[in-house]
Amino acid sequence: MTTIDAPRSPHTPATATRKVNWEKWGWIYMRASGILLVVLIFGHLFVNLFLGTGVRAIDFAFVAGKWASPFWKVWDVAMLWLALIHGGNGMRTVINDYAHGRGRTVLLVLVAASVIGLIVLGTLVLTTFDPCPAGAPGNLVPSFCPVNSK
Amino acid sequence: MSDVAVARDSSSAMPEASIEPFTVTLIIRRFDPEVDAEPHWQDFDVKMYATDRVLDALHQVKWEQDGTLSFRRSCAHGVCGSDAMRINGRNRLACKTLIKDLDITKPIYIEAIKGLPLEKDLIVDMEPFFESYRAIQPFLIASDKPEKERIQSVAQRAVFDDTTKCILCAACTSSCPVFWTDGQYFGPAAIVNAHRFIFDSRDEGSQVRLDILNDKEGVWRCRTTFNCTEACPRGIEVTKAISDVKAAILRGNPGLPPSDLTLTPVSA
Repeated sequence: MTTIDAPRSPHTPATATRKVNWEKWGWIYMRASGILLVVLIFGHLFVNLFLGTGVRAIDFAFVAGKWASPFWKVWDVAMLWLALIHGGNGMRTVINDYAHGRGRTVLLVLVAASVIGLIVLGTLVLTTFDPCPAGAPGNLVPSFCPVNSK
Repeated sequence: MSDVAVARDSSSAMPEASIEPFTVTLIIRRFDPEVDAEPHWQDFDVKMYATDRVLDALHQVKWEQDGTLSFRRSCAHGVCGSDAMRINGRNRLACKTLIKDLDITKPIYIEAIKGLPLEKDLIVDMEPFFESYRAIQPFLIASDKPEKERIQSVAQRAVFDDTTKCILCAACTSSCPVFWTDGQYFGPAAIVNAHRFIFDSRDEGSQVRLDILNDKEGVWRCRTTFNCTEACPRGIEVTKAISDVKAAILRGNPGLPPSDLTLTPVSA
């Protein structure tokens, strides 16, 4: 007796183990973060460059004043994370499209390292920023600090 | 009145003056794997009428000037999808591209479609293209036996009408910059043909095909450059079809319209 094989073997999806589909979530992230970034970046530009006396208002005191408010800290942290991951993911897709082999790995590691480095540094600055660190000499801190008003 | 007089006058002076053929220069990218290491450009002058097609120009070269020129064509009427080629940098069917629609003051550049292995002159190996076509299971998957009609409403049929027009000429897939990079991407044509069955209310394999296209090399590699829509000789909105599939994967189902048919027995 001969047995006849099934005419076609059914497709077994690669995602049978239900692991996370990074390509799909990357694609969704690009759309979602893109919409948020339009609001965040144009809001940032409007407040910094247009309101009040416009671009001439920007100095150390202006930035320190903004970061005294938790609202602008959250705004800037959100902008930092969303924009860097958005840009890093965009670079990743370009590298995946145009680089091959070892060069691809090297470029991907470089992009990941710079994204992580910038996010860590930026978040550190935004969360620990203090325009008037305690014990600093008056000539190194701005004029509005308590050490200079004495 | 005077127009008629002039026409009669010129026709009597020079018969058929208005339909004299003109010379068109073709610059064709030639490659003979037995002789050439690299493809090279070769130019031919052909006598053409405005109503002739690029395919007629190629025929004139092959039949009257250089019989070694190799290209595919079967029906020559835009149905079989054999003669997709890159004409002046755009993927077109040679049999649907009229000479009068091209700028004949300049030479016409003709080369094989890109991204598939070049075999000879304008002929490429289509096997990688058909491989990704087969991978999306382009056939009806239905559990019921074909004992009666599988009824479908007009609205249900309209959902995938556009993608039934594909002739598998590969003009779209070979115009896609993502497909050019490594050839791993499924390509627009495979997704169009998956769309044709995913959105067919009679088919039961939608989930399988959505899973296949949710792959790393599936629809997420589409960068919406619209090259495929621009290239399609059948006018299929390819990029829109790919976006439909993306949306269906995000929804988890094709989201077909419900059948609006009221199955009342026809009274005699």
